[in-house]
Amino acid sequence: MPWGSRMSFVSVRGLDKHFPVRGAGWLSRRNGPAPVVRAVDGISFDIDRGRTLGLVGESGCGKSTVARCVTRLLAPSAGTIRIGDKQLDRLEGEPLRAARRDVQMVFQDPLAALNPRMSVERAVSEPLRLHTTLSPAEQRERVREILTEVGLRTDAMGRYPHELSGGQRQRVNIARALACAPSFVVLDEPTSALDVSLRARVILMLEELRERLGLTYLFISHDLATVKYLAQRVVVMYLGTVVEEADTDELFAHPRHPYTRALLAAVPVPDPKVRGEPFVLSGEIPSPLERHEGCPLRSRCPMASAICAQPVVPREVSPGHVVACHFA
Amino acid sequence: MSALLEVEDLSVEFATDDGVVSAVDGVTLSARAGEILGIVGESGSGKSVLISAILRLVRPPGRIVSGRLRFEGNDLLALPEAELEAIRGARIALVPQTPRTSLNPLMTVGRQVERLLRLHRGMDKRAAREAAIAMLERVRIPDPKRRAGQYAHELSGGMCQRVMIAMALATEPRLLLADEPTTGLDVSIGARILELLRQLGEESGAAIILVTHDLGVVAQTCHRVAVMHAGQLSELAEVDELFERPLHPYTRALVRSIPRIDQQIALKPIAGTVPSLVNVRPGCRYVRRCPDALAACRRQRPPLIVAGNGHRVACHAVGQSNVVR
Repeated sequence: MPWGSRMSFVSVRGLDKHFPVRGAGWLSRRNGPAPVVRAVDGISFDIDRGRTLGLVGESGCGKSTVARCVTRLLAPSAGTIRIGDKQLDRLEGEPLRAARRDVQMVFQDPLAALNPRMSVERAVSEPLRLHTTLSPAEQRERVREILTEVGLRTDAMGRYPHELSGGQRQRVNIARALACAPSFVVLDEPTSALDVSLRARVILMLEELRERLGLTYLFISHDLATVKYLAQRVVVMYLGTVVEEADTDELFAHPRHPYTRALLAAVPVPDPKVRGEPFVLSGEIPSPLERHEGCPLRSRCPMASAICAQPVVPREVSPGHVVACHFA
Repeated sequence: MSALLEVEDLSVEFATDDGVVSAVDGVTLSARAGEILGIVGESGSGKSVLISAILRLVRPPGRIVSGRLRFEGNDLLALPEAELEAIRGARIALVPQTPRTSLNPLMTVGRQVERLLRLHRGMDKRAAREAAIAMLERVRIPDPKRRAGQYAHELSGGMCQRVMIAMALATEPRLLLADEPTTGLDVSIGARILELLRQLGEESGAAIILVTHDLGVVAQTCHRVAVMHAGQLSELAEVDELFERPLHPYTRALVRSIPRIDQQIALKPIAGTVPSLVNVRPGCRYVRRCPDALAACRRQRPPLIVAGNGHRVACHAVGQSNVVR
């Protein structure tokens, strides 16, 4: 999918999210504007209807902040977010609330995301009470329907989160996200907290639901193998910026950015005969407080040279494969 | 290679209000000097309880009910507590799963390493300080002098785990127990921690037992692997052998249940869930999830049989199909 060539379902352009730093000393403030953390710095991506975009990167790269901006749990500092025909970044108040019916989110920690004092039925019917005019009987019917959809027995309706297993809890969260039949779901590490056998089942279920209900996903994860399984296209983030974007097969077969290569090389393959190329970055992710001129990776990159101090312009190296690296 | 640690038919139970929880059931395995032995399985497979048992740190209501633990010729289960103290933390060290919460938040990390050196190696203050900085350098902490003066909250997760490894190694242990040492760390940081463990294991000749739920970590780091399910040992083999010729139905199911980065596979979740370990009946605990279950599996726990060079498997179905060489 070459970008922008046809109308995508989700379109994010130039998204910025800067957090002011509280408690910064007067010394730093005296020299110029108040310091900010540039959690997300000029991010753009598109998702076609019915497809999954994988968003990968390590802790602190800003991927969860992107998720919270796209769902408008946070107000972006700049940029546009269009989902379907709605310009989400411009909406406030009642129109925003109404638009949210179509945009749902599933969080990483399935227990923390559920109210411990709400039964499964109440938790799943809550969005129905907020967003629909269904009668209590109709709501109950819809809860039954959606629980069956995510593979839970309807006798789970009266249970509370502590009575459920980790996999069942995440199913409840997914049921809740799907209750109002949204078109777009943001999945923020939905399988990370789950055990191997449950993880496989949730992955398959998410895939099946997307196909059957025609959902569009933004799938956020640091687990590259799962992203490879679920996503058709992948965006790689580092320090709040996109370093590489390509169709999944292309990205995994021909990673071009040193950061992507390092990420892929670090994934332990469950086969002792397959040894990844050793490609290691030095040091750790620098503080997002520092302002980075030039390539954000240059302090850790084995390929870095003088040119990397110059700002990087993302370049399309092959159709649909965009890399932000001077050497790509 | 001779076995440094021998675990023989070890069982651990917990007495609870609901009944007796059989967390570890008749596990037999050994760890040799210079090797990394992986213990892999889902949550509830008894991996971590086994580690506590090896340290004899199972607390009531838990209890080691039977079995033997031999380490460097000592019978760990018969040793008086005072003598055990000299082994635990010194000859056998632990790298825990949550490095940040395992460090004392009110003491600089350097002092924590120092204290250990003074306690176990009898160093004076100045020698301990220098040795502590050398230890931090050995686990590849950049600028170790400055880092030694910092607190846990000032360090990243990967850095905290390096400090824990430095502390574990400070006493030059012969056996290092690492309980999910990379869980919660980013992949690139995790890969570096594992590489570090491997190098340090080679340098020191210590045995490392690496507990993990990640088959990728096992494949890339370990020499031998023990697969555990619901407190029972399912299979034990050299790493190449295990991935090439997995015999236990559970091992085979585990391999098929994870998405892979290097190839397209048809993902197949493992059937069912880890069974409840309360008042368990005899027999194989995988029986209700197993596609190959036989009548015998419900009656009797399958014995660990030899299935090739260093390859052991506990499965009635494998014994039946003449896989044994």
